Amino acid sequence: MVVDGIADETGASAADGAVDRLFHALADTTRRDILRRCVRGELSVSRLAAAYPMSFAAVQKHVTVLERAGLVTKERRGREQLVRTDPDALDRARQALDELESAWRARVDRMSALLDDTGRDTGRGTPARDGNTTEGTDG
Amino acid sequence: MTVTSVDKDVDHLTLTLVADFTAPVERVWQLWADPRQLERWWGPPSYPATVEEHDLTPGGGVTYYMTGPEGEKYGGWWRISSVTPPSALEFTDGFSGEDGKPNPEMPTTSVRMTLTGHDGGTRMELRSLFDTREQMEQLAEMGMVEGMSLAVGQMDALLAG
Repeated sequence: MVVDGIADETGASAADGAVDRLFHALADTTRRDILRRCVRGELSVSRLAAAYPMSFAAVQKHVTVLERAGLVTKERRGREQLVRTDPDALDRARQALDELESAWRARVDRMSALLDDTGRDTGRGTPARDGNTTEGTDG
Repeated sequence: MTVTSVDKDVDHLTLTLVADFTAPVERVWQLWADPRQLERWWGPPSYPATVEEHDLTPGGGVTYYMTGPEGEKYGGWWRISSVTPPSALEFTDGFSGEDGKPNPEMPTTSVRMTLTGHDGGTRMELRSLFDTREQMEQLAEMGMVEGMSLAVGQMDALLAG
């Protein structure tokens, strides 16, 4: 397995650089689309280039940005350059459950907030206001 | 403190989540049974859901779309396999294509939700099961990409503000 090494600076600037590259890579619609396409299996740069109204060189540049951000790997096979997203399979399974968990946790939080809101709106359990209640008129 | 337990079973591709609410069962059921309430919690605030069809009967279903910050739309659907108001609902949860029809290339999960009275409130147990390992991995990839795109969108909004 050949991983194209990136010469990092040292210390915090290296970590900042990696995050910058990641966000830069994801901040473009075409690059996000390339990622989605390569999730389903490896694709050659020329196959990808055919999918966009831009030159082969432009698509290749996008792939290079993704590669530097560690989001895809690129491998030369014969005349073709194959692009794929490549996290470890077990990590992906765990990650899927993590994604699902955070999605449902967020939903449960929103459900809880909604239930609290409607509790207040319908006046359920509203405390009587001191000095403002008149006996016999509440209904 | 609403979510009381979470179990993730990598071998069986299953997430089990238990949450306790102080509201009564009938009230929690309405969050699922009333489309206007469902759309207030199903999607994240930056991707609000709009429910189109909503028929919680066996063989019936729900269709909805979520609208992103740039106006992009992501469609989804449920197919109901069983329903016992106000205490149980089972459905398949999937994605739609741009034509609004179920997209067979996208992953689906099977969801079973039960509500029971508990300590004067309601316990909700939710089990979500990926139908295949391949689909599970696919969703992880999508989640990663969407989640990061979302983070980027939020950063953009912060920077613009």
